[in-house]
Amino acid sequence: MSRRLRMWVLALGLAGLAALLGAACFELPDFGGDQHPYGDRAVRAALSHHTANVVSSVNFDLRALDTLGEESILFGAVLGTVVLLRQTRDERHVEPAPARVSPPVRRYALYALPVTLVVGLYVVAHGQLSPGGGFQGGVVAATALHLLYIAVDYRALRRIRPVGRYEVADAAGEAAFVVLGAAAMLGGSAFLANSLLPYGEFNTLASGGTVPLLNAAIGMEVASAVVVLLARFLDQAVEIEESPKPPSTPTSRE
Amino acid sequence: MDDVLIVITLLLVAASATAAVAVRDPVRQALVLSLLGLTLAALFTVLQAPDVALSQLAVGTALTPLLLTLAVRKVHRRPHTRDDGRGGETTGSTESAGAIESAAAKERGE
Amino acid sequence: MMHVLPYLVAAWVFLVGCYGLATSRNLIHAVGCLAVCQSATYVLLLAVGYRDGGTAPVFSDLEPGSRPVVDPVVQALALTDVVVGATVTALLLALVVQVAKRHGTVDPDELSELRG
Repeated sequence: MSRRLRMWVLALGLAGLAALLGAACFELPDFGGDQHPYGDRAVRAALSHHTANVVSSVNFDLRALDTLGEESILFGAVLGTVVLLRQTRDERHVEPAPARVSPPVRRYALYALPVTLVVGLYVVAHGQLSPGGGFQGGVVAATALHLLYIAVDYRALRRIRPVGRYEVADAAGEAAFVVLGAAAMLGGSAFLANSLLPYGEFNTLASGGTVPLLNAAIGMEVASAVVVLLARFLDQAVEIEESPKPPSTPTSRE
Repeated sequence: MDDVLIVITLLLVAASATAAVAVRDPVRQALVLSLLGLTLAALFTVLQAPDVALSQLAVGTALTPLLLTLAVRKVHRRPHTRDDGRGGETTGSTESAGAIESAAAKERGE
Repeated sequence: MMHVLPYLVAAWVFLVGCYGLATSRNLIHAVGCLAVCQSATYVLLLAVGYRDGGTAPVFSDLEPGSRPVVDPVVQALALTDVVVGATVTALLLALVVQVAKRHGTVDPDELSELRG
């Protein structure tokens, strides 16, 4: 297909899609309307389970199975990335040279690192009480570690980041979620039902039954997943490069 | 008052999304995407979704642009890349583990 | 206008992302456009769940029943997808890096010529 023809097909498709979407927008319930039957029920259910943050309750209690699915996608995506970005035989490992970092950058990055890390852990720990949780806190904590790359250099980052252990932690987070779900089944109720632990006192750290535990499992998985992902990409971008004489030219394939 | 804020942030989101597509250089696009992440976080906050805003702030402004710039760096680093006629040279031999953006800017000849 | 504007913005963001995806000459740029498409779904979801005068569905500093709250279900959907979407973006970028290694180009047109 020529480029011109392709543009016409694209224009036609986009115009059709735009017309359909535009028409659909006017059929949707008005923005800001008062009819939210699922929302109202979710709020009631979360309050009856003593979980102050209803969004966390939906994620880790009411729709925990859904979160297990999402988590499995995350796990699979990380696994795929790790497999795709491994060092192949025709590549070699280049030791990155130590880098000079200007003192103000180093100072502020080193101040920011512990603060960001603690904020990330705080966000994970208070997932059932205030906005936040394992997903957000995990990303924050994982990116906090990478401030060391900005503050010092890649070798310093590598020293505090044994990738193998983070890969294990990633799998352990996923497994913990499934085990907690199965434990509920052994306890005589449904998979991932919030029935193992007492709901506790509303608005305290130990409230919400299994919500804090599932939340922590997700936090661990997301944090280690992000560390592993960034490690693989950083390795590719900084350390791994093609051997000087590649055995085959890229166009002649097997 | 709420409505005004919502309209403003919605328009900012639409504008930055358009810019993120219109900018064709992937490194610049990564920067615009991080701006888009920021405007989305503002919109979600205004829409009373602090959880999602926090998520978007962490992922959209930091993680995704970082991954994109790292991928660009890896692709451009290859000695015989035919990417778009600019990636011919490589900074691979004089490797400095400094900021990714500055390295990527170097590769673009700036 | 106010009652459909957020939906229209979501549709616009999605269409713009699709356009970029289809016309992109660089696979890395295409992945960025896909991220734009993704963000359209978040805007749509949260717009559907908004309630005028509502506040965030977090009751740590709010007496239950004292104020209307926005829909928490759509927020939970969007929240997980933001993080999971980023890892899928990473997987796609890993594929792009592999394509660049194998074929020495990230231009989709050149790639289809290679397959001939």
